[in-house]
Amino acid sequence: MSTATLEPQPRVRAPLNYLNADYGWRSWLFTVDHKRIALLYLVSITFFFVIGGSFAVLMRIHLTEPQGALVQPETYNKLFTLHGIVMIFFFLIPSIPAVLGNFLVPLMVGARDLAFPRLNLLSWYIYMVGGMFTLYSAVAGGVDTGWTFYTPYSSTYSNTQVTAVAIGVFITGFSSILTGLNFIVTIHKMRAPGLTWFRMPLFLWSIYATSIIMVLGTPVLAITIFLLALEHLFHVGIFSPALGGDPLLFQHLFWFYSHPAVYIMILPAMGVVSEIIPCFSRKRIFGYKIVAFSSVAIAVLGFLVWGHHMFVTGQSVYAGLIFSMLSFLVAIPSAIKVFNWTATLYKGSISYDAPMLYALGFIGLFTMGGLTGLFLAALATDVHLNGTYFIVAHFHYIMVGGAVMGYLGGIHFWWPKISGRKYPNGWAALAAAIIFIGFNLTFFPQFVLGYLGMPRRYAFYPPEFQVLNVMSSAGATVLGVGYLIPLIYLIWSMRYGPIAEPNPWGATGLEWKTASPPPTENFAEIPVVDEEAYDYAPKPIAQPQEAPGD
Amino acid sequence: MTDVEAQAQHTGLAHQFQDLEQQQEADALGIWLFLVTEIMFFGGLFASYAIYRWLYFAAFEGGSHILDVRLGATNTMVLLGSSLTMALSVRSAQTGSRRATVAFLIATMVLGGIFLGIKGVEYNQKFVEHVVPGLDWAPEGETLARLAPGGVEHGEMYFIFYFAMTGLHALHMIIGMGLLLWLVVRARKGAFTAHYFAPVEVVGLYWHFVDIVWIFLFPLLYLIGGRY
Repeated sequence: MSTATLEPQPRVRAPLNYLNADYGWRSWLFTVDHKRIALLYLVSITFFFVIGGSFAVLMRIHLTEPQGALVQPETYNKLFTLHGIVMIFFFLIPSIPAVLGNFLVPLMVGARDLAFPRLNLLSWYIYMVGGMFTLYSAVAGGVDTGWTFYTPYSSTYSNTQVTAVAIGVFITGFSSILTGLNFIVTIHKMRAPGLTWFRMPLFLWSIYATSIIMVLGTPVLAITIFLLALEHLFHVGIFSPALGGDPLLFQHLFWFYSHPAVYIMILPAMGVVSEIIPCFSRKRIFGYKIVAFSSVAIAVLGFLVWGHHMFVTGQSVYAGLIFSMLSFLVAIPSAIKVFNWTATLYKGSISYDAPMLYALGFIGLFTMGGLTGLFLAALATDVHLNGTYFIVAHFHYIMVGGAVMGYLGGIHFWWPKISGRKYPNGWAALAAAIIFIGFNLTFFPQFVLGYLGMPRRYAFYPPEFQVLNVMSSAGATVLGVGYLIPLIYLIWSMRYGPIAEPNPWGATGLEWKTASPPPTENFAEIPVVDEEAYDYAPKPIAQPQEAPGD
Repeated sequence: MTDVEAQAQHTGLAHQFQDLEQQQEADALGIWLFLVTEIMFFGGLFASYAIYRWLYFAAFEGGSHILDVRLGATNTMVLLGSSLTMALSVRSAQTGSRRATVAFLIATMVLGGIFLGIKGVEYNQKFVEHVVPGLDWAPEGETLARLAPGGVEHGEMYFIFYFAMTGLHALHMIIGMGLLLWLVVRARKGAFTAHYFAPVEVVGLYWHFVDIVWIFLFPLLYLIGGRY
């Protein structure tokens, strides 16, 4: 310390990569590089996550007192509606596919870009335009129909900004469709030589299954919203019973998309976990093919179960029976994944880095979310639990405990590749623990509340429910702190973090065989794949391998 | 590197692809997938139509009889003709005949324009007869007599679906016309060769799809109840 060296540090110019290849806002807003578009999505969905999260904060503050602590009941209705719309359509659905999928799919298949780079940029612009309509609706007075837009709340009897938000969701759907289309074509047609279907990383299988749902399901949501908008704007009867329309038809069409949409959120997270678990167990994944096929099975079966949202709506009892049985069937491929991850851990050399903590958290929380889903798939228990906080807790265990944990795990796993920098592992582990504790404290009490009969979507509740509600609100505070920490140290690491080597985790997969961050063209030479995925065994730590040039 | 780039410029090979074959396969799969999304999009509409036609058959039959089936039939022939000229322009592009490609593309546009013109005449008739739900709904006289047996409000439902389905179809036609115009401009500049004609093929597939939608719309909307 006392003798400072006067010699100037040798300034090594960073090699050219996708981040320093060009500067200025034009180079970002007009880019067709999939990696830059992934970062555009990362920033945008983080923005919407903060917006959606702040609605949740207001709700949890309001519910600390039985008579409501903060807002008018009308405002409360708008809060839960906008929380749902923003989080589902503008954060969860684009989260892993549009950020990590965009960044990783071309790298993982060994290609220079997605099949249609300009279409990819267009998807982001479409998403942003949809987002602007939604933000406008929030500022211009909000929407109070619930994120499900059930008619006739949303048409005949609506006096809020349903049109603007419907246009927003309609437009954003096309972003999702085009992204899915791009992924399917890329995975089919642009795999590097030697990368057969059964050598692909399981993340790609998950993204592929997700894309099928996006491509087949989202157009149905679009036409449903189109019909809803017609009914609302021209005051004509399509779903309105007063004019001979059938409100159940709206629900059928809506859930035909919106149930599979749950799998759009959870399947990519499962793909992330399938990457992390083998890497930090130093073991090949147990039962590769069955895990791959279970993704496709979830995508296919997911289209046949929408009626379980309508057990108590007047749907025929026989339809209910069939939907119930099919819903139980979806549990099978989901459980296969959980068992196979667990079997992968067995006798593995496990290390508890931050991505692994998120992945292990995912397995626990997803299992709870999945098993409580079976309560709701059973007709008799659903009659008791439907419309209560039990449902709220169930789908938050899937969407937040599952999808968001998977997303954060993926961000932490691939952050060195994305940014070229490392983050402080201690802070990351601490944040993962805080999120896990905060999450359970927030949502476990809601299972109990729901079982005891507290209905969802009410601004008031009987005083005996106050203790559990205060617990939930306290947990939400912890959860919020947990989300804030990664935001801070990840931004910090972009400038001050230690430089990351190409393969800091010693992981397999083509994305680790190029520089961190990758050059704009991804690979100097298109790689040739000559090994199975997850070739971790029997070496204790896999050495980064050179792809044989040709 | 410059040789490869120059070649890419000449052949229309985009940077993300290894060769033209890969690019063509990707383009083809891309447009077929897009058409799948279109089928799901129209599918939701057709399913809703089917349910209400089943519930309110008499009203849908009455509504159908208000339409001018001669105009609908003419439009069907016009659109089938445009599919023929579209197919011929793809063929001309494949054989590298620039003039024929341009001529057939323009012919397709003209036929598409005739279709939209006739559609406009039909829409205008609906305003004259006051059977436009939401904007001008006051059927009277003979029109009312046709709708009355099935219930006038259910007849309104028929016309909602008539306008939603034909309107979305017409919107797809207008988009297709724009794409055709873009092709004409590019084809005249000699952008397409016997080795590179993917855009013509892709737009052709889209145009045929829009045609097929009409092939379903015509009997579903115009020919209910066997009046002939």
